[in-house]
Amino acid sequence: MSETIIAIRGLRNSFGDQVVHEGLDLEVRRGEILGVVGGSGTGKSVLMRSIIGLQVPDEGEIAVLGENMIGREEDEAKNIRRRWGILFQNGALFSTLTVAENVEVPIREYFPFIKPPLLDEIAGYKIAMSGLPADAGPKYPSELSGGMRKRAGLARALALDPELLFLDEPTAGLDPIGAAAFDELIENLKQRLELTVFLITHDLDTLHAICDRVAVLSDKKVVAVGTIDELLALDHPWIQEYFNGPRGRAAAGGVQEGHRGH
Amino acid sequence: MGAETSHGGEGPGPSGANIYRISGALTITRAGSTERELAALPDPLTVDLSGVHKMDTVGAWLIHRAVRDRGATVVGASADGQQLLEQVAEADHPTRTYPEQSNSASRALAELGEWTVDAGRTLVGLLGFLGAMIVAIGAIIRSPRRFRLNAVVQRFDLVGVRALGIIGLMTFLIGIVIGQQGAVQLASFGAEVYTINLIGRLSVRELATLMTAIMVAGRSGSAFAAQLGTMKITEEIDAMRTIGVSPVEALVIPRMLAAVIMMPLLSFYAMIMSILGGGIYVWIDLGIPPGTFIQRIREVVPITDLWVGLIKAPVFGFIIALAGCFQGMQVKGNSEEVGIRTTAAVVQAIFLVIVLDAVFAVFFSSVGWA
Repeated sequence: MSETIIAIRGLRNSFGDQVVHEGLDLEVRRGEILGVVGGSGTGKSVLMRSIIGLQVPDEGEIAVLGENMIGREEDEAKNIRRRWGILFQNGALFSTLTVAENVEVPIREYFPFIKPPLLDEIAGYKIAMSGLPADAGPKYPSELSGGMRKRAGLARALALDPELLFLDEPTAGLDPIGAAAFDELIENLKQRLELTVFLITHDLDTLHAICDRVAVLSDKKVVAVGTIDELLALDHPWIQEYFNGPRGRAAAGGVQEGHRGH
Repeated sequence: MGAETSHGGEGPGPSGANIYRISGALTITRAGSTERELAALPDPLTVDLSGVHKMDTVGAWLIHRAVRDRGATVVGASADGQQLLEQVAEADHPTRTYPEQSNSASRALAELGEWTVDAGRTLVGLLGFLGAMIVAIGAIIRSPRRFRLNAVVQRFDLVGVRALGIIGLMTFLIGIVIGQQGAVQLASFGAEVYTINLIGRLSVRELATLMTAIMVAGRSGSAFAAQLGTMKITEEIDAMRTIGVSPVEALVIPRMLAAVIMMPLLSFYAMIMSILGGGIYVWIDLGIPPGTFIQRIREVVPITDLWVGLIKAPVFGFIIALAGCFQGMQVKGNSEEVGIRTTAAVVQAIFLVIVLDAVFAVFFSSVGWA
């Protein structure tokens, strides 16, 4: 449980004069779901983009799955890319491909020897697993609703059975029932596939329901990491406000009731 | 990740069934070979998973498939493995990869039908678009406050001022080419001096305006279509509508005005540059000094040639802006559509410009401006 999957040390990111991260440290352990929270503009997405190599940081070290990620050649980075899946905020589906083809893209890229019939079947069950109806396969992203696009994005992120899953606000824009199902899905997948999940979210219900630990981004760094109970014990104004605000309390209460109901 | 990925062993089991033993990691990495090996074994089949220490959903799917299609028996699955098998079985809802397609004969017919309907719709849409533009112009005339001066000036800059360099260079070179070809061909009649007539009349009457129109279609017509198309996809145009801003007034009219007003100015500039290029060529090659050249140009190019060139220009500008804005507003769905519509805008604009140019040529000749 304690093996470190992502290790970030001394990260600094800036856009022009605007410094987003300064001396940011964070560790993600194998098999956990780490929730990342923070106010708007605290650089949650930038942090994710730095880890997956879309944003080159000014300073700092990032190691993913034991491999240093900064300044790597594309060929070497490919071996790591194969072991992670990423769900972007708006799905980022390829708009000229059908949902099934979207799911097949990573598989084709890394395993070109898998024959089309098997490929189609794999795409089929990934789509069903992500909670999409079977008739979503041949549809184009523009024909899907926002929530369905998100699920299709998850299906693509799961295409290679990754060890590490990055989710950028997966439940934003979903109805509460859909969001709860999404949480359950991620929890299930995590347990069966030994997934490690890096989860950016604003959804307090998600945090309470599935996150093992929560990292709080504020003042350009990670100010605290821990379980929600541990965070609540801290005397940080933003954390208190966040978890003890009206919405935070409602989410906490909901989860406790949910546990009793089981 | 387990280093051990030994292949499955096989052999007859106690009940005569074929046993396929898998050990190591049963993951996507082994999907191809596992599928082949499973397919090679005759029924009845028993799959022994007791040696598997790691399985992913693709591995589970291969086993599930054997169970589903061939009634294979699974033994020795771990608790996690069993769960995974159940999970993929639960997710077994066959789906299509591509939208349904009918057979080729009826598809060809259907495509023809769709194409016809599409062409009809485009025509109606174009009429509607023209109507919306006229309404917008009317609205602006009635309340001139709604005229967006800033937007128009910005378009003037993009369509006109920033095109000066490339259009100047292009027509300058065309002037040189006309001069050079004219000089070579006319030399065989000993009539090199008529090269000046060729340069003057061709540039002013035809080529300057036509080449400018083609350049503006490529530079600005495509930009109009791509910009409006992208705004359509990102719902910016819908947002405008809901705020109460008419997209035609805010986006189309400024572009239209810019193209219509800039085209004659650019064409005139192109004429000058083309004559300049030709003049420099004949000076160097034929030794005709600039003074004589200008004198001759004034004698041989009738003023009606200038009118012919300049009257065509705003019409071409209108066609270019119409094709660009109309196609841009037709974009829906995905990013590929932006590309298709941008291409269509440029192709249609250039084609229509050349067709109209021919019509103008016949018209001006018949009214005596030959």
